[in-house]
Order: sequence, then C-alpha cells, then structure tokens
Amino acid sequence: MLFFIAKRLVNAAGVMLTVALIAFIIFRFVGDPVELMLNEQASQAQRDELRQRLGLNNNMLVQFATFVANAARGDFGISYRNQQEVFTLIAERFPATFELVLMATFLSLAIGIPLGVYTAIRRDTVLARLLEFISVLGVSLPSFALGILLILLFSVTLQWLPAFGRGEVVQIGGWSTGLLTPSGRLALIMPSVTLSLFQITLVMRLVRAEMLETMRTEFIRFARARGLTDRAVHFRYALRNCLMPVITVTGLQIGNLIAFALVTETVFQWPGMGLLFVQAVTFVDIPVMAAYLMMVSFIFVTLNLAVDLAYAYVDPRLREDAVAGTANGR
Amino acid sequence: MTETPLLSVRDLKLVFDGRKGPLTALDGVSFDIRPGEILGVVGESGAGKSLTGTAVIGLVDPPGRIAGGSIHLAGQRIDNLPAEAMRALRGRRIGAIFQDPLTSLHPLLKVGDQIVETILTHLPVSRTEARARALDLLEQVGIPAASTRIDHYPHQFSGGMRQRVVIALALCAEPDLIIADEPTTALDVSIQAQITSLIKRLCREKGAATMLVTHDMGVIAETADRVAVMYAGRIAEIGPVAEVTRRPRHPYTAGLMASIPSVLRRNATLQQIDGAMPRLGAIPPGCSFNPRCARATELCRTLQPTLGLQAHEAACHHPLVEADHG
Ligand SMILES: Nc1ncnc2c1ncn2[C@@H]1O[C@H](COP(=O)(O)OP(=O)(O)OP(=O)(O)O)[C@@H](O)[C@H]1O
Ligand SMILES: [Mg+2]
Repeated sequence: MLFFIAKRLVNAAGVMLTVALIAFIIFRFVGDPVELMLNEQASQAQRDELRQRLGLNNNMLVQFATFVANAARGDFGISYRNQQEVFTLIAERFPATFELVLMATFLSLAIGIPLGVYTAIRRDTVLARLLEFISVLGVSLPSFALGILLILLFSVTLQWLPAFGRGEVVQIGGWSTGLLTPSGRLALIMPSVTLSLFQITLVMRLVRAEMLETMRTEFIRFARARGLTDRAVHFRYALRNCLMPVITVTGLQIGNLIAFALVTETVFQWPGMGLLFVQAVTFVDIPVMAAYLMMVSFIFVTLNLAVDLAYAYVDPRLREDAVAGTANGR
Repeated sequence: MTETPLLSVRDLKLVFDGRKGPLTALDGVSFDIRPGEILGVVGESGAGKSLTGTAVIGLVDPPGRIAGGSIHLAGQRIDNLPAEAMRALRGRRIGAIFQDPLTSLHPLLKVGDQIVETILTHLPVSRTEARARALDLLEQVGIPAASTRIDHYPHQFSGGMRQRVVIALALCAEPDLIIADEPTTALDVSIQAQITSLIKRLCREKGAATMLVTHDMGVIAETADRVAVMYAGRIAEIGPVAEVTRRPRHPYTAGLMASIPSVLRRNATLQQIDGAMPRLGAIPPGCSFNPRCARATELCRTLQPTLGLQAHEAACHHPLVEADHG
C-alpha cells in the first residue's frame, strides 16, 4: 500500500510541476509584470527597482524555482487589480465554489444512481424509456441555457428563488458557509441543479450501462438461482458491482465540475473561484489567473489520488495486491 | 416406479422468440427424478441440457419461454408459479450448482456473507445461527480452516475450493432437488473426481434428488443412478446407468458410448458419429438423428419416435436389441 501511494504521489508531483511551468510561463511572458503592476507615470528607476525586487533579472531556472517554492507555500503574489494577496483572495472564494460543487455532486449521485438502476431493471417500461430520452436532452442542453431558464421560471415569474448571489452566509473559522441560513440554502438550489444536470445524466447512464452488464454475469444468475430477493440481487449484488466505475467517474468529474462551475457562477453571479477567475481575465490580472490554474490542477490531482485510494478500499482484490506491493492481476 | 417422483417434467417445450419466429430449443422433454436419486444428463453441446435445468429452476429469461408441458415438484406444479413464489422455492427447495466457480460468486462479498444472506433469505434463523450454519457447511464441503476462510473473499480461494463454496451455497437451505450443471467441467482434472464424489456424498447424506449434467460418461457411470441422453432438444434415451451404458438402444447413445475411451471396453478403436447435431430451426422432421443414423428408414424421416413409460426407453423406431451388442 505504501509503495502504491508513493508511486501515485510521485506522479501527482510530476503533473503539478508541469502545470506550475505553464502557470509560470503565463505569469512571466504574457505581458510584462512590471508594466502591468506600475502605472504609466512610474520612472525608470522605479521600474528597475521593482524588476530587481521581483527577481526578474535572475536566471530563468532560479525564477521558476522561486515561483514553485512560493506557490507551494501558497504565495502567488499580489493581485494586480486590488493589491490583495492572491491566495487570500482565492481562499475567500473557495468555500462558495466548494459548497456548490459538493451539492451538485450529491445531487448527481442521489438522483443519478436511482434513475440508472430504475432504467436498467425496468428497462421495458414507458417511464424508463422516457427517462432515457430526457437524459439525452439533458446532455445536449448547455448549462447556461438551463440556468437562464430556471431564473426566468423560478425567480422572475414565480419569484420563489433568488436569481443571483449566495444569500446570507455564516463565518465559521475561515470558512463562509451558506448551508446554515435559509436564504443561503434557497440560493444554492438553482445553481447546484444547473451545475449537476449534465452530471446526473452522466451518472444515470453509467449506472444503467453497468447494471445491464452486471445483470448478465454468472454471479447474478447464481444469486437468482439461490432465490435471493430482487432487492438483494439488484441493490446488494448488482449495484455494488457498479459502484467502482461510479466512484471513479464521480471523483474525476468533481474536477470538471469545478471547472464548469465557472459558467454557472457567472450566470448566477455566485461569488466563487470561477467568478473570480472570469473577473481576473477581464482585468488581465495574471497572478490570479496563474493561481487559479494551479489551484484547480491541485484539486484535480488530489481527486485522482483519492479515487485511486477509494478504489483500493472498495475492491478487496486491489487492496490485497496493493498491500503486498505486487501486481499479479488477480 | 412405485415411489412418487420428486421432480416430474412432462412434455416440456421451450422456445426462443426470434425475429424469424419461434425456435424450438426443447421439444417434448419428459423425465422423473425420485427422492434421493441422481439422474445424469448427457449429450452434445447444444443438446438442451442446461436449458432443461434452467427451466426447472424457473430462470428462463426472454427471448426464451416455456411454451408447453409441465414441471411438478413433489406433486406441486411449479412451471406456472408467480415469480415471487418461484423465487422463494429457488435455493430453498431447489439448489443449483453452475459450471464456472470462478464467476459464480460475487467478487466483492465475503463467502461467509454470501452464505449467511442465502440462509437468512430462506430460513427463520438469527444472523448468529446462520453464521454457525455457514461455518458448519463450509466444513462439510471440505474447506480447511473454515473458521478463518469464512471471512475471505472468493479470489482468495482456488477454483476447486470455490466450487466447494458454491456447493455449500446450493445446499445451505437443504433443498430436496439439486440441479448441477457441469459442476466439474471448469476444474482441473485432479480436482474433478473430488468434487464429483463430494456432490454424490452430500446428495446421499441429505437425501436430495439430483440432476447432474455432464459431458463425462465416467462421472455418470460412477455417480448417477439413471441417465438421460439428450439430442437436439429431445431425450433420445433414458434408463438405469448400467443398462444404458452396456446395452444402449438408441443408435445415438451407442455412438456416444463407442466414442468414449474406456478401460473396460475390449475393442480399443474409438469411433465417432459422423455429421453434426442440427442447429435450432434446422431440425429435420421425424427422428432428429435420422441424417446421421445408419439404421434410418423412411419411417424415421417422417414420424417422430416417442419415449414409452418403461424404466429403460429409447426414442427410436429401430432400437438396437440384445443381438446387436454381441
Ligand atoms: N438466449 C438464447 N437464444 C437463442 N438460442 C439459445 C439461447 N440460449 C440457448 N440457446 C440454444 O439452445 C440450445 C440448447 O442450449 P443449452 O445451453 O441447453 O445446451 P447444452 O446442452 O447445455 O450445451 P453445453 O454442453 O454446451 O452446455 C442451443 O442450441 C443454444 O444455441
Ligand atoms: Mg450447458
């Protein structure tokens, strides 16, 4: 197991270094940092002084090493736009995105899995066919369109839900949560539904396909031959066998959700990292962009690692191989 | 045949609904198994042996369906039971053992849990009692160190050991009837005999009637009381093992016996039956074996022979008689 974890950690570090290089190149070469940080009237002396202080005269390799070392400590420099620490800026926005993505993931599993099971085991019913049809629509409907439709219906026409923002938030330590206030929870509904729609259909179709596949296996036939109830056969035997791919896909999709949250956050003016990034782009606020890139990659890589470990936990066969540090297939 | 049969299959017809209309896979299959008796079922691949077993345990899935005949278990008709009643019967009164122990067990559940769950489904016992019973069963089927093995996963067992677990699962609610579909085909030759004798011993001990499907005439000779020879979805011959093996009446059975290497047989030359079994939908009229049969006459090509009610019967218009066996 230790060997397995170590191997995955080395991979993860490699990926992060590559991303850091890209972020560094953006930071260093998309426009001159000095020009972007100082105003028009700054003197040449001031420029040189800043150039020296930022270490821009050093050897490229040293500059990159410094960049990586700083990033590892969470130091991404100062925002060009409002002179705040980039890290604090992002840290403030992170809880909003996190809660949105968490809720969307929860919805995708809570709705997607039952629908997937239903459409697999009752696949000849009209309802199952209808659900499949809707799932195809769900995939092709862009999320911003759904967001706008929801706003039109529930905010403008019915006036049940707020059209934008996070509602009232409560600070717990450094974390701002909207889950504890009624207005915060109401505000979360439409953004999370919008963000999860694609995910729900994805989970549903994945579960359906895996269930159909599993239902054809010998161990399901044998379970039925032993007279186990349909409930045990479907949920304890078949669904359990489908959970691994679902875990994988869901885990990996959290990264995508964070990325896609950008669109949802823009539509609902949700004060998360995505919105921050969109604002940073409009102001050419390079440090924020570079930091966002690295943070999102870091989350991606961490999730990958977590998925691998979860896999090993769910499948006893993998667990054992991993413990023994061998890879003998079965 | 004084005792009432435990399992009685009559004129069973099973069809697959295809695009070109129904294909008949089983046609007029009839046989009985008495309590405690082991009926061997042999025949070429595709003869319908597995389908017969599947029909008895009520697991024929679309596009297949039972299109005629009846199946009685201890006098009760079971082929038209509601799904839930049939489910309660499976595992409780009819146990099934499948061919491949590597794929029969759920890979992610401990073997003990799979047994306990099956026991709890059928018997009114507590979880603790079920576990004790599971442990007892694992010992009965010959799993060493059963008390630790009970918490192992299937992949931690060898093929032979897994088949023992499968047998424990099939027997865990003490069924009266066991359907064993090629229980040793997927195993090492060295283990086959052990598993066969285990099945035989347990069936005898528990007094369970058994339908044992196999390709191995040696296994039949050693294990079974009676044997049914299937050909193209029909029973060609049925009777006591000694009778059928020594004095086969159906030319197909005779050919089958001649194609089996045997230390007992004096004529050492192996024979094989020319031609191949017809595909479903291409079964000739009359006796389905007639194109491959040296004894076939016009009668065989037009009229389908039937089985009588004697202990040893062959569905043949021109059965081999004593003189033919020299
Ligand atoms: N789902 C299906 N659709 C169409 N035909 C089928 C289906 N399942 C089985 N059959 C046909 O039914 C016939 C009998 O099959 P069965 O599995 O009972 O043969 P078997 O005697 O058990 O052969 P084997 O020795 O290979 O196990 C075969 O011709 C097979 O092709
Ligand atoms: Mg078969």
